Amino acid sequence: MSMNKRSKRKLLVIMVVMGVALATVLGLTAFEENMMYFYSPTEVNNGTAPDTRTIRVGGLVVEGTVERATESLLVKFDLTDGAEVVKLEYSGILPDLFREGQGIVAMGKLNDKRVFVANEVLAKHDENYMPPEVADALEAAEQEK
Amino acid sequence: MIPEIGLFALIIAFGIAIVQGVVPLVGAARNDATMISLARPAAWAQLLFVSIAYAALTHAFVVHDFSVLYVSRHSNLVQPLMYRISGVWGSHEGSMLLWALILSIWTTAVAIYSRGLPAALMARVLAVMGLISVGFYAFMLWTSNPFERIFPAPADGNALNPLLQDPGLAFHPPMLYMGYVGFSVAFAFAVAALLGGKLDATWARWSRPWTTVAWSFLTFGIALGSWWAYNELGWGGWWFWDPVENASFMPWLVGTALIHSLASTEKRGVFKSWTVLLAILAFSMSLLGTFIVRSGVLVSVHAFATDPSRGVFILIFLCIVIGSSLALYAWRSGSVVSTGRFTWFSRETALLLNNVILLTATTAVFVGTMYPLVVDALGIGKISVGRPYFDTMFALVSMPLILLLGIGPAMRWKSDNSQRIIKSLAIIFAASLSVGIMLPFVIDGVFNIATGLGLAGALWIAITTLQSLYHRIKTSSRLPLSFLGMILAHLGMAMFVAGVTMVMTYHQEKDVRLEPGATYELSGYEFKFIGVKNVDGPNYTAQEGHLEVRDQGEKIADLYPQKRAYSGMGSPMPMTEASVDTNMVRDLYAAMGEQLGDTAWSLRLYYKPMISWIWLGCLFMTVGGVLAVSDRRYRQKRS
Amino acid sequence: MQRFMPLIIFGLLVVLLAVGLTMDPRLVPSPLIGKPAPAFELPLLNGEGVFNSEELKGKITLLNVWASWCYACRQEHEVVKQLARSGMNIVGFNYKDKKQDAQQWLAQLGNPYQVVVADEDGRAAIDWGVYGAPETFLIDKDGIIRHKVIGPVSDQKNFDDLMAVVKEISGDNL
Repeated sequence: MSMNKRSKRKLLVIMVVMGVALATVLGLTAFEENMMYFYSPTEVNNGTAPDTRTIRVGGLVVEGTVERATESLLVKFDLTDGAEVVKLEYSGILPDLFREGQGIVAMGKLNDKRVFVANEVLAKHDENYMPPEVADALEAAEQEK
Repeated sequence: MIPEIGLFALIIAFGIAIVQGVVPLVGAARNDATMISLARPAAWAQLLFVSIAYAALTHAFVVHDFSVLYVSRHSNLVQPLMYRISGVWGSHEGSMLLWALILSIWTTAVAIYSRGLPAALMARVLAVMGLISVGFYAFMLWTSNPFERIFPAPADGNALNPLLQDPGLAFHPPMLYMGYVGFSVAFAFAVAALLGGKLDATWARWSRPWTTVAWSFLTFGIALGSWWAYNELGWGGWWFWDPVENASFMPWLVGTALIHSLASTEKRGVFKSWTVLLAILAFSMSLLGTFIVRSGVLVSVHAFATDPSRGVFILIFLCIVIGSSLALYAWRSGSVVSTGRFTWFSRETALLLNNVILLTATTAVFVGTMYPLVVDALGIGKISVGRPYFDTMFALVSMPLILLLGIGPAMRWKSDNSQRIIKSLAIIFAASLSVGIMLPFVIDGVFNIATGLGLAGALWIAITTLQSLYHRIKTSSRLPLSFLGMILAHLGMAMFVAGVTMVMTYHQEKDVRLEPGATYELSGYEFKFIGVKNVDGPNYTAQEGHLEVRDQGEKIADLYPQKRAYSGMGSPMPMTEASVDTNMVRDLYAAMGEQLGDTAWSLRLYYKPMISWIWLGCLFMTVGGVLAVSDRRYRQKRS
Repeated sequence: MQRFMPLIIFGLLVVLLAVGLTMDPRLVPSPLIGKPAPAFELPLLNGEGVFNSEELKGKITLLNVWASWCYACRQEHEVVKQLARSGMNIVGFNYKDKKQDAQQWLAQLGNPYQVVVADEDGRAAIDWGVYGAPETFLIDKDGIIRHKVIGPVSDQKNFDDLMAVVKEISGDNL
């Protein structure tokens, strides 16, 4: 069954279209589950952020609120966008550039006491860098005032 | 003074690039031999001047000329020489200069090694590369001049990001750029062929070795980056699906497709216009990757806009390069006639499927990387796409690819007999599947279908590849290097799949709090925390932990992870330096967290089975690429 | 038609990217503009004593947020000095910095500021909506914020925009 030029090109196009379509379908389904939304402390406290899903929250670590447990890796601190404060708990090793007053992004869920339990805390490796989400959250909180 | 010489050299290089980009092109159109002959000397002259510019910037770094803004931002007095030299490409402006230098090196290499090429084609190729250079010089001169002065000159500079002070990262960008920029050769050949209207298999034969070299560099560069992230970041991961990583992975995927498609076009004269499109696409992805990473648009759309002039320039440049080449493609590719005939069951079809799968993978990465940007840009919200998306997508895409990897090389060109293939591969298929499925049970007594399939896939690739090697040796007296290169690269793929499967299933990690003298057991290995002492490096101070690792009471390794503080202008920058004990079977990995109380520390401990296979596999692919290009038939200057 | 597909897809992507770029939130003026300057009372960087934001009233003032660790601040410093020489009243706002580093920085590069306040923990800066250095606020005689520059004032566009507002509000009595 030899193929001529036209049908070969058709074959090619069909294959590519099928591949791309498959990728899109798979992508959209995988997306639904793996999309993570970003919220500011204000949005967490006013109920905009969902209670059940894993989300990302960003803000500044409030000075003087970082508390460490002595016998475990549990750390508690407050996160603010300048308007509202969210309490946060994390068990594990914090990134190198985690500091009081610094902007961070945390990934996790709210528990029933409205404490945000993080399973990942991110801080960027740059002294004068603020995660852009955090910057925008601060700006938005400013706008609310 | 020297920085001014550098800037001046850059301006001259810009001028030469314009000449190189325009004159030979006009010459080729008019069939003017004088104008055509200008291409080669222009390429050399451009290389000379961009090298002077590059040397001037390096000199400024070496002698601590902090009156150059870029130098004062990315180096300081205590920084070791090696990281002052690599500091040149530590940030945006300098890496653009490195890009231009590498592009010029590739251009000159083409000028040297393609003497057998028809003069007009050669002129067009060099001109297209010259035009790309024009874009880069203009970008530097108008929006990101690396030689910008600062007055008054500061007494000391800001430290280079400590993350970049590691041999792995120091050489990661040049390798990556060699790959990115190398795809410009295939691109230039494709565009030149479209311009000349002669899209026969010749252009494929000429651009094939160049593409393979570029691909090898890119493979090596990505692997180096991954290895660096693993050793340096202290997170124990080897791939994060970070936008920056994705930006280098997309050109790799398209480049891999291009290599395979070029093989079909060269050998069989099929998929001609498809291959041209892939060549355009591979370089477009490289450009997109470079700019997107360097402009900061991936971190946030807003970072892009902090410097609108750069953003606008980038957008226009991409539009011109990609847009015009795609327009050219639309205009000219219609006249292309693919000469080869083949049936459904042939190696051509297998290679076509390979392309489809690789492009599907590219699309998946592209969507995952760009979607958050689009959502952000449209103001709908801020999202990020988690790694499970990418992991799932790749697990799905790699299965047909692995299957194909076993069948494709065994198939004949033009047409093959399905019975023959089934007969020769059925036993291997059954054997690797059953052994693969059994392996997880042997390892830890639990059946795990996903892991079993992964290991079966690795076995399947390895055995079929070795079988085709065996066949070749048996049936032919000659064993071309290009064939050996393919075998090696495919074996590398098998190692890669095995490594990834093992690490993903059996890795163990734990954040622990340990007092000196305390132990923690992970996967049968006993980690004993001895203590911490202070050590000083050239431009940092560190707290170095000491851990002894025992296997059934016997000491097998000492780990010395560090927590470093690099000195800079402001407060010291902290950095984690992991310590790893590697062998072929497993890695034992420790990283320091922070001090808890008087003597206790938090530590990250990892057990990573067979993780070195991942990078070893990439190394095999790289060497395979190098072998393939060393083949005699590419060394014949005239063909 | 299929030959044109790549071009069409690429065209769509470009449109998307261009739309994204024009929707830059930073181009939206700061919400603080037209509002009274947020109150603060901060220690002086050089010497004892505090500075109260009430003292900002009475004349047109630039509040320049800087830090010794910030490179763009170094870049804009010459321009800040020029502005000071031209008679502009400039208050330095030292942001998240160590006292010693900041003092050394000023000693080295020159001090154009009428007064420098130190906001070591960055608390007061939050009220001002500062999320990086350098940023510069223009405050009029009544203590109302009239303009905000994000990034170095040495940037030509930033400088021109700032000067336009200065001209507008100062009339002839700077």
